[in-house]
Formats: sequence, structure tokens, C-alpha cells
Amino acid sequence: MSLADLTPFWLTLRLAGLVTAILMLVATPLAWWLAHSRSRLRPLVEAVTALPLVLPPTVLGFYLLVALNPSTPLGGLWMAATGTSLTFSFAGLVVASLIYSLPFAVQPLQAAFAEVGRKPIEAAASCGASPLDAFLSVGIPLARRGYLAAAVLSFAHTLGEFGVVLMVGGNIPGQTKTIAIAIYERVEVLDYPAAHGMSALLVALSFVALYLLFRTNRREARG
Amino acid sequence: MTGLDLDIRHDRAGFALSVRADLPASGLTAVFGPSGAGKSTLLRLVAGFERAEGRIAFGGEVWSDAGHFVPPHRRRVASVFQEPRLFAHLDVRGNLAYAARRSGAEIAPVVRDLGLEPLLARRTAGLSGGEAQRVALARALLTRPRLILMDEPLAALDQTRRAEILPVVEDLRDRLGLPILYVSHSVGEVARLATHVLALAEGRLASFGPAEEVFADSAAAAAFGGEEPGSLIAARIIGMTGDGLCRLGFPGGEILSPEPLGPPGTDVRVFVRARDVMIALPRPEALSALNVLPAIVRGVVAAGPAACDVTLDLGGSMVRSRVTLRSVRALDLVPGRACHAILKSVALARE
Repeated sequence: MSLADLTPFWLTLRLAGLVTAILMLVATPLAWWLAHSRSRLRPLVEAVTALPLVLPPTVLGFYLLVALNPSTPLGGLWMAATGTSLTFSFAGLVVASLIYSLPFAVQPLQAAFAEVGRKPIEAAASCGASPLDAFLSVGIPLARRGYLAAAVLSFAHTLGEFGVVLMVGGNIPGQTKTIAIAIYERVEVLDYPAAHGMSALLVALSFVALYLLFRTNRREARG
Repeated sequence: MTGLDLDIRHDRAGFALSVRADLPASGLTAVFGPSGAGKSTLLRLVAGFERAEGRIAFGGEVWSDAGHFVPPHRRRVASVFQEPRLFAHLDVRGNLAYAARRSGAEIAPVVRDLGLEPLLARRTAGLSGGEAQRVALARALLTRPRLILMDEPLAALDQTRRAEILPVVEDLRDRLGLPILYVSHSVGEVARLATHVLALAEGRLASFGPAEEVFADSAAAAAFGGEEPGSLIAARIIGMTGDGLCRLGFPGGEILSPEPLGPPGTDVRVFVRARDVMIALPRPEALSALNVLPAIVRGVVAAGPAACDVTLDLGGSMVRSRVTLRSVRALDLVPGRACHAILKSVALARE
């Protein structure tokens, strides 16, 4: 592979890494709330959070394209602040990927928090820990397997997304041309060797990530 | 100093709890009653894990009322649960340090008192039930609590482990003078540990007061449920008889026990099961039972279709006797009637 072929690869890693990091921060309070709330709003929030799982990526991508373009409040605000458009930009890809991969972060965390339950948190409160202290010192450490799963799944899912990226980001080299788009583009021009190279890289990367996840889980389970 | 003042109502999912009582500032108050009586709920409300209607105050400080709620971590109330609830991601030392760091308590003395040195580096998952509960007790103490809540801390342990933990609880009660609220449905545990008893039945306060009084209170019968009722008698060891019996003195006379209960002068509490107390009108002669004491009937309440609980006054100590309705009629057991109580067996409840 030539150096030019690696640009989509690095772009994708940057995107997936950034999205995963932001998702861990955003999904934590959301998952915590979903795991513990008795509110009647909970099923509603759960449904909205899970929507990206079932929607065709093109549908999601289409609405994001509509929602992020400079004529909308959000797109306009971004335009005013940065002078660039959210659509067809790396920032737009990040926003789109956050929404697209949200359930992959929220669901493992929600399950992990539910498994931790209230008991250790109450024990922490008995030890004089404030709710935030208890969450940071007991809730998160006990849910660490959930964090690992959430991070790996969000990263891998962002890595491989295609439809949403194509709709929102188009195909701008170094900006929005992710590895999945690049592979599609190579195949369209019948450059199978390049498509092979990038595809194999993606397979290897995904495999290694999942293998590490399951191996860590096994170690944790054996304690 | 005032202790825990409760005046609370709590309705949830078809279950209503209503309790009004002023608990003492020291000693162990047993919250006693059958399962579903609301014992654990009461503890959760005192801990602040749930919010009740009404008022909870401790030592004059309001923890919960209409416009005011002190969150659990600011109450300095330690909780020990049936399962130890140790933090699985920390080792034993880490669990103790977790509490100590937040309270400023020193770990070393507590570790020494509870004999935890050999466990400090262990993972919590590898501890036995008794070890884990000892660590949980230590962690509770290291929060420097003003009040300790214990929710059936012995229920998950076998007999041997219980015998290990019971003296620890007694030590907390007597040496540290910390008020303890102790949930149990075991008459034996309550008889041994409690200075006061708060008897709950179906979410209501059935009886509350010093342990001896509650055990004798016929209103507490509902709290005993299927558990065998009995009475507590506070007595003092006088000495031994020539043929190896232990003599116990109390205002109602003298009780003989075949067990050596301790050196003379020791204050003890003995437990007499209601069905081990027989009633005779004239003093019976030629009887194998050793303890026959003059008594006066103070009350009679039904305890089932054919049985009654008769409260007997033995020189100020109230003792319950479980007899049949037929016997009550045959002997004409009405309040004020003089008779004799025959104690078939007594057991040491507590030193």
C-alpha cells in the first residue's frame, strides 16, 4: 500500500478514537440514569437511544444531513462559530458518529450499572461517600467491564460505518473519506488489490480489538 | 443526650409502615418481628436510603422531616447488612481505608480489636462468610458512626460463625457505647443482645421498651409470629449449690440452673420459653422441676384457637406461660390470682 492509502486509515482511527472518548463521557450519565431511574420517561429515552440500532444508516444519515446543514439552528451556530459547514466536514462526521454509535456505548454501560446495583453505592454512602464520590470510587470501578465493552464496541462500530458517513460527509480526502468509503471507492473503480489491503487491515484490527476484549473479560471473570 | 426519635409513616406498593418511638442513645435496640413486618424498611429510612413521611431526628439533629432531608453520607450512620457488601474491586485493606479516609479514623486499633491483620491483603471474594462480616463490621466502625444499623448480620452465617460474630456485636454495644439498631427475627439473638426491643408486626409498632418488658408484653405477641415466645429475667449469680447447681437471685426468688453460668456477683439474663412455664395453684409437691416460684396472674390473652398466654408476675419480673384455654378455665386463671410458676428450663440469654 502506498502512503496515500493510509490517509483514510488514520482519519478513521482519529474519528473512532475521538467519538469513543466523547461517548464514554456522554453515555455514562445517560446509562446511569437509565439503569437506576424509575421515571416514566425511561422507556421513551431508551427507545430514542436505541433507534440508531434499527434505523437504516441512510435514513439516519439523511436526517443528520438535514439537521446539520448551515440553514438549521445547530448548523448555523457552527457556521457562525467556526466559519465552516458541519456537513461535509470532519466535525460533522464526529457529530453523526456520536449519534450513530450511541447505543453501542449506552447499552453495555447500562447493563453494567444495573449489575452493580444500588447495594455497593449504599455501602459507599454508609462510609461517608457523597453520591458523586460513590459513583466515581465504587460505581465506575465495579462497572469497568462494561466500560471496556462499551469502548471496544463504539470504536469498532465507528470504524466500520459507511452509510451515515457517506450521507453526511461525502467523500473528501483527508476530511471525510474514511476507510469504509475508500474501500467502496476502490471497488467502484475495480482496484481490487487496494480494496483487499484496506479490508484486510480492517478485519485484522476488528479481530484484535474483540479478541483483547474477550480475553480481558475472561481474566476478570476468573478473578 | 437523646437518641433516635422516630415518628414516621411510609407507604409503598401496598405496604404501610407506621412507627413512633424515641430510642435510647446507647445500648442495642432490636427491631424484631416476622418477615414482612417492615424491619428492613425501617432501617433503610433511618439510614436515609429512602425517604419517609414524618420526622426522624437523632441527638436533637433533624435528619428528615417535611422540608428537610440529610442525605445518607452526612448522617454518620454505619450500616452492616445481611450480606457484607464489601467493595469487590478493593482488597480488605482497601475496604477499610475507604471508610477511614472519609472519616479520619485510624485503621490499626480496629484491625487489632477484630483480629483482621492476617486478612488485610486478601481479596474480598476469597473471604469466608464470617471473615467478610468481620471486615464489614470493621469498615462500619471506621466510619466513626454515631449510630450503627445492622440488618440481620448473622442470618447468612452458620452456627460456628455466629458464635464468632456475636461477641463482637456485644463488644460494640458495651465497650464503645454506640447505639445500635439491630434487625432480627431470631428470638435467641434478641434475647441475648437487646437492651431495648422495638417489636413490629405488619408495619405497626406492637410494643417498645426495655427487652424484659417487651418480652413480657402480650401486645408483642404478633411480632413473635411463629417464633416461640418467652420471657427474659434479669438475675444475679449467687453461687453454686453443693450438688453443682448454679443459684440465681432475682426479686421473685431464686432460680437454679444446671449450667454453670459464671462467677458469683455476675449479672445475667435468662430466657424462659413460654411453653416451659407451667402453672399450679397450690405449691406442687414431689415434682422433678426445681424452680417453683410464687406468682400472681397479671393478664391472659388468646394465643390461637385453644391456647392462651398468661402473664405471671414473679416479684416484679413478668414471665409468660403458654397454656391451653382449658387449663385457664379449669384453674380459673384471672388477673390477681395467686398461683405458682414452674420453670421447666431456663437458658442463659446474656452475661
